[in-house]
Amino acid sequence: MSAPAIEIQSLTKDYAVGFWRKKLRRSLDSLSLEVHEGEAFGFLGPNGAGKTTTLKLLMGIIFPTSGTARILGRPIDDVAMHRDIGYLPEQPYFYDYLTARELLDYFARFFGFSAAERNERVNKYLDLVGLASASNVQLRKFSKGMMQRVGIAQAILHEPKVVFLDEPMSGLDPVGRREVRDIILELKRQGRTVFFSTHILSDAEMLCDRVAVLAGGKLQGVGAPNEIVSLEVYGMEVLFELKPGVAVPAGLASKATNTGNRYRVEVPEADLYAAVEQLKLANAKILSVTPLRASLEDYFFKLVGKGQYAPHSIEVQPQ
Amino acid sequence: MSSIPAVVAVNTFREAVRDRVLYNLVFFALLMMGAAILVGQISVGIERLLIVNLGLSAISIFGIIMAIFIGVGLVYKEIEKRTLYSLIAKPIQRWEFIAGKFGGLLLTLAVNTSFMLLGLFAALLFVSHQFQSSDLGIVVAAYFILLQLALVTAIALFFSCFSSPMLSTLFTLGIYVAGVFLKDIRDISLLTKSPFVGAICKAIYYLLPNFQNFNVIGLAGHGEPIPMNLLWQNTLYAAVYVVILLIASAVVFSGKNLK
Repeated sequence: MSAPAIEIQSLTKDYAVGFWRKKLRRSLDSLSLEVHEGEAFGFLGPNGAGKTTTLKLLMGIIFPTSGTARILGRPIDDVAMHRDIGYLPEQPYFYDYLTARELLDYFARFFGFSAAERNERVNKYLDLVGLASASNVQLRKFSKGMMQRVGIAQAILHEPKVVFLDEPMSGLDPVGRREVRDIILELKRQGRTVFFSTHILSDAEMLCDRVAVLAGGKLQGVGAPNEIVSLEVYGMEVLFELKPGVAVPAGLASKATNTGNRYRVEVPEADLYAAVEQLKLANAKILSVTPLRASLEDYFFKLVGKGQYAPHSIEVQPQ
Repeated sequence: MSSIPAVVAVNTFREAVRDRVLYNLVFFALLMMGAAILVGQISVGIERLLIVNLGLSAISIFGIIMAIFIGVGLVYKEIEKRTLYSLIAKPIQRWEFIAGKFGGLLLTLAVNTSFMLLGLFAALLFVSHQFQSSDLGIVVAAYFILLQLALVTAIALFFSCFSSPMLSTLFTLGIYVAGVFLKDIRDISLLTKSPFVGAICKAIYYLLPNFQNFNVIGLAGHGEPIPMNLLWQNTLYAAVYVVILLIASAVVFSGKNLK
Protein backbone atom coordinates (compact mmCIF):
# COMPACT_ATOMS: atom_id res chain seq x y z
CA MET A 1 0.00 0.00 0.00
CA SER A 2 1.16 3.57 -0.70
CA ALA A 3 2.51 6.12 1.82
CA PRO A 4 0.13 7.17 4.61
CA ALA A 5 -2.24 9.99 3.79
CA ILE A 6 -2.49 10.79 7.50
CA GLU A 7 0.18 10.04 10.10
CA ILE A 8 -0.52 10.84 13.72
CA GLN A 9 2.19 10.32 16.33
CA SER A 10 1.55 10.56 20.07
CA LEU A 11 -0.91 13.41 19.58
CA THR A 12 -2.00 14.75 22.95
CA LYS A 13 -4.31 17.61 23.87
CA ASP A 14 -4.87 19.01 27.35
CA TYR A 15 -7.44 21.68 28.09
CA ALA A 16 -7.23 24.06 31.01
CA VAL A 17 -10.54 24.13 32.87
CA GLY A 18 -11.74 26.21 35.78
CA PHE A 19 -11.56 29.96 36.26
CA TRP A 20 -9.27 30.56 39.18
CA ARG A 21 -7.26 27.43 39.94
CA LYS A 22 -7.00 25.98 36.49
CA LYS A 23 -6.69 22.25 36.08
CA LEU A 24 -5.64 20.41 32.99
CA ARG A 25 -7.98 17.86 31.50
CA ARG A 26 -6.65 15.47 28.89
CA SER A 27 -8.96 15.26 25.93
CA LEU A 28 -6.67 13.21 23.71
CA ASP A 29 -3.97 10.95 25.04
CA SER A 30 -0.99 9.95 22.86
CA LEU A 31 -2.97 9.06 19.78
CA SER A 32 -0.89 7.32 17.11
CA LEU A 33 -2.55 6.34 13.88
CA GLU A 34 -1.91 5.92 10.17
CA VAL A 35 -4.48 6.22 7.42
CA HIS A 36 -3.50 5.10 3.95
CA GLU A 37 -4.20 6.90 0.71
CA GLY A 38 -7.52 5.96 -0.82
CA GLU A 39 -8.85 4.48 2.41
CA ALA A 40 -12.24 5.15 3.93
CA PHE A 41 -11.39 5.33 7.61
CA GLY A 42 -13.99 5.40 10.35
CA PHE A 43 -13.29 7.08 13.65
CA LEU A 44 -15.61 5.69 16.27
CA GLY A 45 -16.18 6.54 19.88
CA PRO A 46 -18.76 7.73 22.40
CA ASN A 47 -19.38 11.40 23.15
CA GLY A 48 -16.32 13.05 24.63
CA ALA A 49 -14.00 10.33 23.35
CA GLY A 50 -11.73 12.83 21.60
CA LYS A 51 -12.89 12.36 18.00
CA THR A 52 -13.72 16.01 17.35
CA THR A 53 -10.59 17.09 19.23
CA THR A 54 -8.49 14.94 16.89
CA LEU A 55 -10.13 16.44 13.82
CA LYS A 56 -9.72 20.00 15.16
CA LEU A 57 -6.04 19.32 15.81
CA LEU A 58 -5.55 18.00 12.29
CA MET A 59 -7.29 21.07 10.84
CA GLY A 60 -5.23 23.55 12.88
CA ILE A 61 -8.29 24.84 14.74
CA ILE A 62 -6.58 23.97 18.02
CA PHE A 63 -2.95 23.19 18.74
CA PRO A 64 -1.55 19.98 20.24
CA THR A 65 -0.06 19.89 23.73
CA SER A 66 2.44 17.38 22.40
CA GLY A 67 2.87 15.01 19.50
CA THR A 68 2.89 15.55 15.76
CA ALA A 69 0.76 14.80 12.75
CA ARG A 70 1.27 14.91 9.02
CA ILE A 71 -1.26 14.97 6.21
CA LEU A 72 -0.05 13.94 2.74
CA GLY A 73 3.46 14.00 4.14
CA ARG A 74 3.23 17.63 5.27
CA PRO A 75 3.00 18.91 8.85
CA ILE A 76 -0.43 20.03 9.99
CA ASP A 77 0.72 23.63 10.49
CA ASP A 78 1.48 23.89 6.75
CA VAL A 79 -1.51 25.91 5.55
CA ALA A 80 -0.62 25.30 1.88
CA MET A 81 -1.49 21.63 2.51
CA HIS A 82 -5.09 22.77 3.08
CA ARG A 83 -5.48 23.00 -0.70
CA ASP A 84 -5.60 19.22 -0.71
CA ILE A 85 -7.92 18.62 2.21
CA GLY A 86 -11.59 19.21 2.88
CA TYR A 87 -13.32 19.40 6.25
CA LEU A 88 -16.87 19.18 7.48
CA PRO A 89 -17.06 20.34 11.12
CA GLU A 90 -19.43 18.72 13.59
CA GLN A 91 -22.80 20.51 13.49
CA PRO A 92 -21.56 23.00 10.93
CA TYR A 93 -22.66 26.60 11.06
CA PHE A 94 -22.07 29.12 8.32
CA TYR A 95 -22.65 32.79 7.63
CA ASP A 96 -26.42 32.98 7.80
CA TYR A 97 -26.63 36.15 5.73
CA LEU A 98 -25.26 34.29 2.69
CA THR A 99 -27.15 32.00 0.37
CA ALA A 100 -25.84 28.47 -0.20
CA ARG A 101 -24.55 29.55 -3.60
CA GLU A 102 -22.77 32.61 -2.18
CA LEU A 103 -21.21 30.55 0.61
CA LEU A 104 -19.79 27.97 -1.78
CA ASP A 105 -18.59 30.70 -4.12
CA TYR A 106 -16.91 32.43 -1.16
CA PHE A 107 -15.07 29.28 -0.13
CA ALA A 108 -14.14 28.48 -3.74
CA ARG A 109 -12.36 31.83 -3.98
CA PHE A 110 -9.70 30.62 -1.51
CA PHE A 111 -8.56 28.12 -4.11
CA GLY A 112 -8.05 30.66 -6.89
CA PHE A 113 -10.66 29.26 -9.27
CA SER A 114 -11.80 31.51 -12.11
CA ALA A 115 -15.36 32.88 -12.01
CA ALA A 116 -16.52 30.36 -14.61
CA GLU A 117 -14.89 27.46 -12.78
CA ARG A 118 -16.38 28.59 -9.47
CA ASN A 119 -19.81 28.77 -11.01
CA GLU A 120 -19.45 25.33 -12.52
CA ARG A 121 -18.26 23.75 -9.27
CA VAL A 122 -20.88 25.47 -7.17
CA ASN A 123 -23.67 24.20 -9.46
CA LYS A 124 -22.18 20.71 -9.55
CA TYR A 125 -21.86 20.32 -5.79
CA LEU A 126 -25.16 22.01 -4.94
CA ASP A 127 -26.74 19.46 -7.25
CA LEU A 128 -24.76 16.60 -5.69
CA VAL A 129 -25.95 17.38 -2.15
CA GLY A 130 -29.53 18.00 -3.29
CA LEU A 131 -29.60 21.75 -2.69
CA ALA A 132 -29.92 23.00 -6.27
CA SER A 133 -33.47 24.23 -5.69
CA ALA A 134 -32.48 26.01 -2.44
CA SER A 135 -29.30 27.54 -3.80
CA ASN A 136 -30.54 31.12 -3.51
CA VAL A 137 -32.09 30.79 -0.06
CA GLN A 138 -30.23 32.48 2.81
CA LEU A 139 -28.63 29.98 5.18
CA ARG A 140 -30.55 31.45 8.14
CA LYS A 141 -33.59 29.70 6.69
CA PHE A 142 -31.86 26.33 6.36
CA SER A 143 -32.77 23.30 8.46
CA LYS A 144 -30.08 21.33 10.29
CA GLY A 145 -30.06 18.71 7.56
CA MET A 146 -29.72 21.32 4.82
CA MET A 147 -26.84 22.94 6.75
CA GLN A 148 -25.17 19.53 6.91
CA ARG A 149 -25.54 19.14 3.16
CA VAL A 150 -24.05 22.54 2.39
CA GLY A 151 -21.25 21.64 4.82
CA ILE A 152 -20.49 18.52 2.84
CA ALA A 153 -20.55 20.51 -0.40
CA GLN A 154 -18.00 23.06 0.89
CA ALA A 155 -15.76 20.23 2.10
CA ILE A 156 -15.48 18.57 -1.32
CA LEU A 157 -15.98 21.56 -3.63
CA HIS A 158 -12.29 21.83 -4.44
CA GLU A 159 -11.95 18.07 -4.94
CA PRO A 160 -9.44 17.46 -2.17
CA LYS A 161 -7.27 14.39 -1.84
CA VAL A 162 -8.19 13.86 1.80
CA VAL A 163 -11.65 14.57 3.18
CA PHE A 164 -12.34 14.88 6.92
CA LEU A 165 -15.97 14.56 7.92
CA ASP A 166 -17.00 15.02 11.54
CA GLU A 167 -20.29 13.17 12.06
CA PRO A 168 -21.42 13.57 8.44
CA MET A 169 -24.72 11.72 8.99
CA SER A 170 -25.73 13.88 11.95
CA GLY A 171 -29.03 15.68 11.47
CA LEU A 172 -29.87 13.90 8.24
CA ASP A 173 -33.05 11.99 7.49
CA PRO A 174 -32.78 8.44 6.08
CA VAL A 175 -32.72 9.76 2.51
CA GLY A 176 -29.97 12.24 3.40
CA ARG A 177 -27.94 9.54 5.14
CA ARG A 178 -28.21 7.34 2.11
CA GLU A 179 -27.05 10.21 -0.12
CA VAL A 180 -24.08 10.96 2.14
CA ARG A 181 -23.15 7.28 2.15
CA ASP A 182 -23.23 7.37 -1.65
CA ILE A 183 -21.05 10.50 -1.67
CA ILE A 184 -18.48 8.83 0.60
CA LEU A 185 -18.49 5.72 -1.60
CA GLU A 186 -18.04 7.91 -4.67
CA LEU A 187 -15.13 9.78 -3.06
CA LYS A 188 -13.56 6.45 -2.22
CA ARG A 189 -14.13 5.22 -5.79
CA GLN A 190 -12.33 8.34 -7.03
CA GLY A 191 -9.33 7.32 -4.94
CA ARG A 192 -9.72 10.00 -2.27
CA THR A 193 -8.97 9.33 1.37
CA VAL A 194 -12.01 9.76 3.58
CA PHE A 195 -11.58 10.10 7.34
CA PHE A 196 -14.86 10.37 9.14
CA SER A 197 -16.11 10.17 12.68
CA THR A 198 -19.47 8.63 13.35
CA HIS A 199 -21.75 7.24 15.99
CA ILE A 200 -23.60 5.14 13.46
CA LEU A 201 -21.75 1.86 13.52
CA SER A 202 -23.66 0.25 10.66
CA ASP A 203 -22.48 3.09 8.41
CA ALA A 204 -18.88 2.57 9.50
CA GLU A 205 -19.18 -1.16 8.95
CA MET A 206 -20.64 -0.62 5.50
CA LEU A 207 -18.30 2.14 4.30
CA CYS A 208 -14.95 1.75 5.99
CA ASP A 209 -11.86 -0.14 4.96
CA ARG A 210 -10.64 0.30 8.51
CA VAL A 211 -11.95 1.78 11.70
CA ALA A 212 -10.41 3.06 14.91
CA VAL A 213 -12.24 3.08 18.23
CA LEU A 214 -11.46 5.91 20.60
CA ALA A 215 -12.63 6.14 24.19
CA GLY A 216 -11.54 8.34 27.06
CA GLY A 217 -9.11 10.09 24.73
CA LYS A 218 -7.24 6.87 24.03
CA LEU A 219 -7.14 4.63 21.03
CA GLN A 220 -8.76 1.34 21.96
CA GLY A 221 -8.39 -0.57 18.73
CA VAL A 222 -7.84 -0.17 15.01
CA GLY A 223 -8.29 -2.46 12.03
CA ALA A 224 -10.59 -3.58 9.25
CA PRO A 225 -14.14 -4.19 10.50
CA ASN A 226 -13.88 -7.88 9.61
CA GLU A 227 -10.53 -8.13 11.39
CA ILE A 228 -11.46 -6.49 14.63
CA VAL A 229 -14.75 -8.33 14.91
CA SER A 230 -14.42 -12.10 14.97
CA LEU A 231 -15.59 -13.93 11.87
CA GLU A 232 -16.22 -16.93 14.04
CA VAL A 233 -19.85 -17.90 14.33
CA TYR A 234 -20.94 -17.87 17.94
CA GLY A 235 -24.49 -19.15 17.37
CA MET A 236 -27.41 -19.63 15.00
CA GLU A 237 -30.60 -17.64 14.85
CA VAL A 238 -33.71 -19.54 13.77
CA LEU A 239 -36.94 -17.77 12.84
CA PHE A 240 -40.05 -19.92 12.59
CA GLU A 241 -43.83 -19.90 12.62
CA LEU A 242 -46.16 -22.20 14.56
CA LYS A 243 -49.78 -22.99 13.79
CA PRO A 244 -52.28 -21.51 16.29
CA GLY A 245 -52.53 -23.56 19.45
CA VAL A 246 -49.26 -25.43 18.90
CA ALA A 247 -46.72 -25.01 21.71
CA VAL A 248 -43.02 -24.33 21.24
CA PRO A 249 -41.04 -27.59 21.61
CA ALA A 250 -39.94 -28.06 25.23
CA GLY A 251 -36.22 -27.94 24.44
CA LEU A 252 -36.54 -24.49 22.84
CA ALA A 253 -39.31 -22.92 24.92
CA SER A 254 -37.03 -21.23 27.41
CA LYS A 255 -34.95 -19.55 24.70
CA ALA A 256 -37.73 -18.50 22.32
CA THR A 257 -39.19 -15.02 21.95
CA ASN A 258 -42.20 -14.29 19.82
CA THR A 259 -44.34 -11.74 18.05
CA GLY A 260 -47.74 -13.34 17.44
CA ASN A 261 -47.10 -16.79 16.02
CA ARG A 262 -43.61 -15.91 14.77
CA TYR A 263 -40.77 -17.07 16.97
CA ARG A 264 -37.05 -16.39 17.24
CA VAL A 265 -34.56 -18.61 18.96
CA GLU A 266 -30.78 -18.53 19.32
CA VAL A 267 -28.98 -21.87 19.65
CA PRO A 268 -25.32 -22.92 19.67
CA GLU A 269 -24.12 -24.00 16.22
CA ALA A 270 -23.68 -27.60 17.42
CA ASP A 271 -27.33 -27.77 18.53
CA LEU A 272 -28.79 -26.49 15.26
CA TYR A 273 -29.82 -29.85 13.78
CA ALA A 274 -31.41 -30.97 17.03
CA ALA A 275 -33.40 -27.74 17.19
CA VAL A 276 -34.53 -28.11 13.56
CA GLU A 277 -35.58 -31.69 14.28
CA GLN A 278 -37.74 -30.53 17.20
CA LEU A 279 -39.34 -27.85 15.05
CA LYS A 280 -40.03 -30.40 12.33
CA LEU A 281 -41.86 -32.58 14.85
CA ALA A 282 -43.94 -29.58 15.92
CA ASN A 283 -44.86 -28.89 12.24
CA ALA A 284 -43.18 -25.48 12.46
CA LYS A 285 -42.53 -23.47 9.32
CA ILE A 286 -38.85 -22.43 9.35
CA LEU A 287 -38.52 -18.92 7.94
CA SER A 288 -34.76 -18.44 8.18
CA VAL A 289 -31.58 -19.78 9.73
CA THR A 290 -28.83 -17.15 10.16
CA PRO A 291 -25.32 -17.58 11.58
CA LEU A 292 -24.55 -15.05 14.34
CA ARG A 293 -21.21 -13.22 14.29
CA ALA A 294 -19.90 -10.45 16.50
CA SER A 295 -20.72 -7.10 14.87
CA LEU A 296 -18.77 -3.88 15.02
CA GLU A 297 -21.40 -2.75 17.46
CA ASP A 298 -20.59 -5.66 19.78
CA TYR A 299 -16.91 -4.78 19.54
CA PHE A 300 -17.63 -1.13 20.22
CA PHE A 301 -19.72 -1.86 23.30
CA LYS A 302 -17.18 -4.35 24.56
CA LEU A 303 -14.65 -1.52 24.57
CA VAL A 304 -16.72 1.43 25.66
CA GLY A 305 -20.08 0.17 26.77
CA LYS A 306 -19.42 -0.26 30.45
CA GLY A 307 -19.29 3.45 31.15
CA GLN A 308 -15.69 3.41 32.29
CA TYR A 309 -14.83 6.12 29.75
CA ALA A 310 -16.87 9.07 30.89
CA PRO A 311 -16.25 12.22 28.81
CA HIS A 312 -13.21 14.21 29.90
CA SER A 313 -12.66 11.90 32.84
CA ILE A 314 -8.91 12.07 32.78
CA GLU A 315 -7.31 14.80 34.82
CA VAL A 316 -3.62 15.46 34.42
CA GLN A 317 -1.10 17.38 36.43
CA PRO A 318 0.27 20.60 34.94
CA GLN A 319 3.84 20.18 33.72
CA MET B 1 -3.26 43.27 0.23
CA SER B 2 -3.02 39.78 -1.25
CA SER B 3 -6.16 38.25 -2.70
CA ILE B 4 -7.10 36.12 0.34
CA PRO B 5 -7.53 39.08 2.75
CA ALA B 6 -9.50 40.83 -0.02
CA VAL B 7 -11.87 37.84 -0.25
CA VAL B 8 -12.44 37.95 3.53
CA ALA B 9 -12.80 41.75 3.43
CA VAL B 10 -15.48 41.68 0.74
CA ASN B 11 -17.41 39.07 2.73
CA THR B 12 -17.12 41.15 5.90
CA PHE B 13 -18.43 44.17 4.00
CA ARG B 14 -21.30 42.08 2.64
CA GLU B 15 -22.13 40.92 6.17
CA ALA B 16 -22.27 44.51 7.40
CA VAL B 17 -24.50 45.57 4.51
CA ARG B 18 -26.87 42.61 4.98
CA ASP B 19 -26.99 43.22 8.72
CA ARG B 20 -28.42 46.61 7.78
CA VAL B 21 -25.49 48.44 9.33
CA LEU B 22 -25.70 51.13 6.67
CA TYR B 23 -29.24 51.98 7.79
CA ASN B 24 -27.59 54.56 10.05
CA LEU B 25 -27.28 56.62 6.87
CA VAL B 26 -31.02 57.16 7.00
CA PHE B 27 -30.71 58.71 10.47
CA PHE B 28 -27.81 60.83 9.26
CA ALA B 29 -29.80 62.00 6.23
CA LEU B 30 -32.75 62.93 8.46
CA LEU B 31 -30.40 64.77 10.84
CA MET B 32 -28.83 66.74 8.01
CA MET B 33 -32.18 67.61 6.44
CA GLY B 34 -33.58 68.73 9.78
CA ALA B 35 -30.47 70.74 10.59
CA ALA B 36 -30.40 72.41 7.17
CA ILE B 37 -34.01 73.54 7.47
CA LEU B 38 -33.63 74.64 11.12
CA VAL B 39 -30.29 76.40 10.68
CA GLY B 40 -31.66 78.51 7.82
CA GLN B 41 -34.39 79.80 10.10
CA ILE B 42 -32.54 80.49 13.37
CA SER B 43 -29.05 81.65 12.44
CA VAL B 44 -27.71 84.41 10.29
CA GLY B 45 -24.25 84.20 8.74
CA ILE B 46 -23.12 81.10 10.58
CA GLU B 47 -25.23 78.51 8.73
CA ARG B 48 -22.18 77.04 7.09
CA LEU B 49 -20.25 76.76 10.35
CA LEU B 50 -23.17 75.04 12.11
CA ILE B 51 -23.86 72.60 9.29
CA VAL B 52 -20.18 71.64 8.90
CA ASN B 53 -19.64 71.24 12.64
CA LEU B 54 -22.81 69.24 13.11
CA GLY B 55 -22.23 67.12 9.99
CA LEU B 56 -18.59 66.25 10.70
CA SER B 57 -19.32 65.57 14.38
CA ALA B 58 -22.17 63.26 13.41
CA ILE B 59 -19.93 61.48 10.87
CA SER B 60 -17.35 60.99 13.62
CA ILE B 61 -19.82 59.77 16.29
CA PHE B 62 -21.73 57.44 13.94
CA GLY B 63 -18.40 56.05 12.68
CA ILE B 64 -16.92 55.53 16.15
CA ILE B 65 -20.05 53.70 17.30
CA MET B 66 -19.92 51.46 14.23
CA ALA B 67 -16.18 50.83 14.50
CA ILE B 68 -16.43 49.82 18.16
CA PHE B 69 -19.62 47.79 18.13
CA ILE B 70 -18.87 45.90 14.92
CA GLY B 71 -15.11 45.75 15.54
CA VAL B 72 -15.36 44.00 18.92
CA GLY B 73 -17.35 41.17 17.34
CA LEU B 74 -15.25 40.76 14.21
CA VAL B 75 -13.24 37.77 15.44
CA TYR B 76 -15.18 36.84 18.57
CA LYS B 77 -18.42 36.23 16.68
CA GLU B 78 -16.71 33.97 14.17
CA ILE B 79 -15.23 31.88 16.99
CA GLU B 80 -18.46 31.74 18.99
CA LYS B 81 -20.62 30.81 16.02
CA ARG B 82 -17.95 28.37 14.76
CA THR B 83 -18.10 29.87 11.28
CA LEU B 84 -14.31 29.94 11.49
CA TYR B 85 -13.93 26.17 11.58
CA SER B 86 -14.62 25.65 7.89
CA LEU B 87 -12.63 28.73 6.98
CA ILE B 88 -9.50 27.74 8.93
CA ALA B 89 -9.46 24.42 7.04
CA LYS B 90 -9.07 26.37 3.79
CA PRO B 91 -5.67 27.56 2.56
CA ILE B 92 -5.74 30.77 4.58
CA GLN B 93 -3.20 32.03 7.10
CA ARG B 94 -4.61 33.38 10.31
CA TRP B 95 -3.01 36.78 9.73
CA GLU B 96 -4.78 36.93 6.36
CA PHE B 97 -8.08 36.45 8.16
CA ILE B 98 -7.24 39.28 10.56
CA ALA B 99 -6.19 41.58 7.72
CA GLY B 100 -9.35 40.69 5.81
CA LYS B 101 -11.67 41.37 8.73
CA PHE B 102 -9.99 44.73 9.32
CA GLY B 103 -10.14 45.61 5.61
CA GLY B 104 -13.82 44.64 5.44
CA LEU B 105 -14.87 46.86 8.31
CA LEU B 106 -12.70 49.70 7.07
CA LEU B 107 -14.36 49.41 3.66
CA THR B 108 -17.76 49.53 5.35
CA LEU B 109 -16.75 52.62 7.32
CA ALA B 110 -15.29 54.27 4.22
CA VAL B 111 -18.50 53.73 2.26
CA ASN B 112 -20.52 54.96 5.22
CA THR B 113 -18.35 58.05 5.66
CA SER B 114 -18.48 58.81 1.92
CA PHE B 115 -22.27 58.71 1.82
CA MET B 116 -22.47 60.87 4.94
CA LEU B 117 -20.07 63.32 3.37
CA LEU B 118 -22.31 63.53 0.32
CA GLY B 119 -25.24 64.21 2.66
CA LEU B 120 -23.28 66.93 4.38
CA PHE B 121 -22.45 68.61 1.07
CA ALA B 122 -26.09 68.39 0.03
CA ALA B 123 -27.13 70.14 3.26
CA LEU B 124 -24.36 72.69 2.74
CA LEU B 125 -25.60 73.42 -0.77
CA PHE B 126 -29.09 73.84 0.61
CA VAL B 127 -28.04 76.53 3.10
CA SER B 128 -25.18 78.23 1.17
CA HIS B 129 -26.50 77.75 -2.40
CA GLN B 130 -22.91 77.36 -3.59
CA PHE B 131 -19.63 75.58 -2.84
CA GLN B 132 -16.39 77.36 -1.90
CA SER B 133 -12.80 76.30 -2.48
CA SER B 134 -12.38 76.09 1.31
CA ASP B 135 -14.97 73.31 1.32
CA LEU B 136 -12.10 71.02 0.37
CA GLY B 137 -11.15 71.22 4.06
CA ILE B 138 -14.36 69.32 4.85
CA VAL B 139 -13.14 66.41 2.71
CA VAL B 140 -9.79 66.48 4.54
CA ALA B 141 -11.58 66.52 7.90
CA ALA B 142 -13.69 63.54 6.82
CA TYR B 143 -10.51 61.75 5.74
CA PHE B 144 -9.01 62.36 9.20
CA ILE B 145 -12.18 60.98 10.76
CA LEU B 146 -11.72 57.87 8.62
CA LEU B 147 -8.12 57.57 9.88
CA GLN B 148 -9.49 57.73 13.44
CA LEU B 149 -12.02 55.04 12.59
CA ALA B 150 -9.25 52.84 11.18
CA LEU B 151 -7.40 53.19 14.46
CA VAL B 152 -10.47 52.46 16.58
CA THR B 153 -11.27 49.43 14.39
CA ALA B 154 -7.73 48.08 14.85
CA ILE B 155 -8.00 48.52 18.64
CA ALA B 156 -11.42 46.82 18.74
CA LEU B 157 -10.15 44.00 16.50
CA PHE B 158 -7.15 43.47 18.77
CA PHE B 159 -9.37 43.03 21.84
CA SER B 160 -11.80 40.91 19.84
CA CYS B 161 -9.03 38.31 19.44
CA PHE B 162 -9.00 37.39 23.12
CA SER B 163 -11.81 39.11 24.95
CA SER B 164 -15.62 39.09 25.06
CA PRO B 165 -17.48 41.84 23.14
CA MET B 166 -18.54 43.53 26.38
CA LEU B 167 -15.01 43.80 27.76
CA SER B 168 -13.62 44.68 24.33
CA THR B 169 -16.14 47.52 24.07
CA LEU B 170 -15.10 48.85 27.47
CA PHE B 171 -11.38 48.59 26.64
CA THR B 172 -11.75 50.17 23.20
CA LEU B 173 -14.00 52.94 24.44
CA GLY B 174 -11.60 53.57 27.34
CA ILE B 175 -8.64 53.89 25.00
CA TYR B 176 -10.59 56.15 22.66
CA VAL B 177 -11.71 58.48 25.44
CA ALA B 178 -8.19 58.54 26.93
CA GLY B 179 -6.85 59.23 23.42
CA VAL B 180 -9.17 62.21 23.04
CA PHE B 181 -8.05 63.68 26.39
CA LEU B 182 -4.39 62.76 26.05
CA LYS B 183 -3.16 66.35 26.53
CA ASP B 184 -5.05 66.55 29.83
CA ILE B 185 -3.51 63.27 30.90
CA ARG B 186 -0.07 64.69 30.12
CA ASP B 187 -0.93 67.77 32.20
CA ILE B 188 -1.89 65.54 35.12
CA SER B 189 1.52 63.85 34.87
CA LEU B 190 3.16 67.28 35.18
CA LEU B 191 0.96 68.54 38.02
CA THR B 192 0.64 65.47 40.22
CA LYS B 193 2.82 65.04 43.29
CA SER B 194 2.51 61.26 43.20
CA PRO B 195 5.39 59.74 41.20
CA PHE B 196 3.28 56.64 40.61
CA VAL B 197 0.34 58.55 39.08
CA GLY B 198 2.82 60.68 37.15
CA ALA B 199 4.52 57.61 35.68
CA ILE B 200 1.19 56.01 34.75
CA CYS B 201 -0.07 59.20 33.07
CA LYS B 202 3.21 59.59 31.23
CA ALA B 203 3.10 55.99 30.02
CA ILE B 204 -0.48 56.46 28.81
CA TYR B 205 0.51 59.69 27.08
CA TYR B 206 3.36 58.09 25.17
CA LEU B 207 1.65 54.76 24.50
CA LEU B 208 -1.86 55.65 23.35
CA PRO B 209 -2.70 57.34 20.06
CA ASN B 210 -3.66 60.97 20.31
CA PHE B 211 -7.08 61.22 18.71
CA GLN B 212 -7.09 65.01 18.96
CA ASN B 213 -4.44 65.05 16.22
CA PHE B 214 -7.18 64.04 13.80
CA ASN B 215 -9.68 66.70 14.86
CA VAL B 216 -9.75 69.53 12.32
CA ILE B 217 -13.51 70.01 12.43
CA GLY B 218 -13.07 73.56 13.82
CA LEU B 219 -10.73 74.58 10.99
CA ALA B 220 -13.00 73.03 8.35
CA GLY B 221 -16.06 74.73 9.85
CA HIS B 222 -14.44 78.16 9.72
CA GLY B 223 -13.16 77.50 6.19
CA GLU B 224 -9.56 77.92 7.33
CA PRO B 225 -6.82 76.08 5.44
CA ILE B 226 -5.65 72.77 6.86
CA PRO B 227 -1.84 72.44 6.73
CA MET B 228 -0.89 69.97 4.03
CA ASN B 229 1.88 68.43 6.10
CA LEU B 230 -0.82 67.37 8.58
CA LEU B 231 -2.24 65.18 5.82
CA TRP B 232 0.77 62.90 5.53
CA GLN B 233 1.70 63.21 9.22
CA ASN B 234 -1.70 61.96 10.33
CA THR B 235 -1.75 59.27 7.64
CA LEU B 236 1.63 57.99 8.78
CA TYR B 237 0.71 58.31 12.45
CA ALA B 238 -2.48 56.25 12.01
CA ALA B 239 -0.75 53.75 9.72
CA VAL B 240 1.99 53.03 12.26
CA TYR B 241 -0.52 52.39 15.06
CA VAL B 242 -2.78 50.32 12.80
CA VAL B 243 0.09 48.14 11.57
CA ILE B 244 1.36 47.56 15.13
CA LEU B 245 -2.15 46.66 16.31
CA LEU B 246 -2.77 44.36 13.35
CA ILE B 247 0.53 42.58 13.93
CA ALA B 248 -0.32 42.18 17.62
CA SER B 249 -3.79 40.87 16.70
CA ALA B 250 -2.30 38.41 14.21
CA VAL B 251 0.24 37.18 16.80
CA VAL B 252 -2.46 36.68 19.46
CA PHE B 253 -4.87 35.05 17.03
CA SER B 254 -2.23 32.79 15.47
CA GLY B 255 -1.58 31.16 18.83
CA LYS B 256 -5.20 30.88 19.85
CA ASN B 257 -7.02 27.59 20.32
CA LEU B 258 -10.43 28.17 18.76
CA LYS B 259 -12.31 26.26 21.51
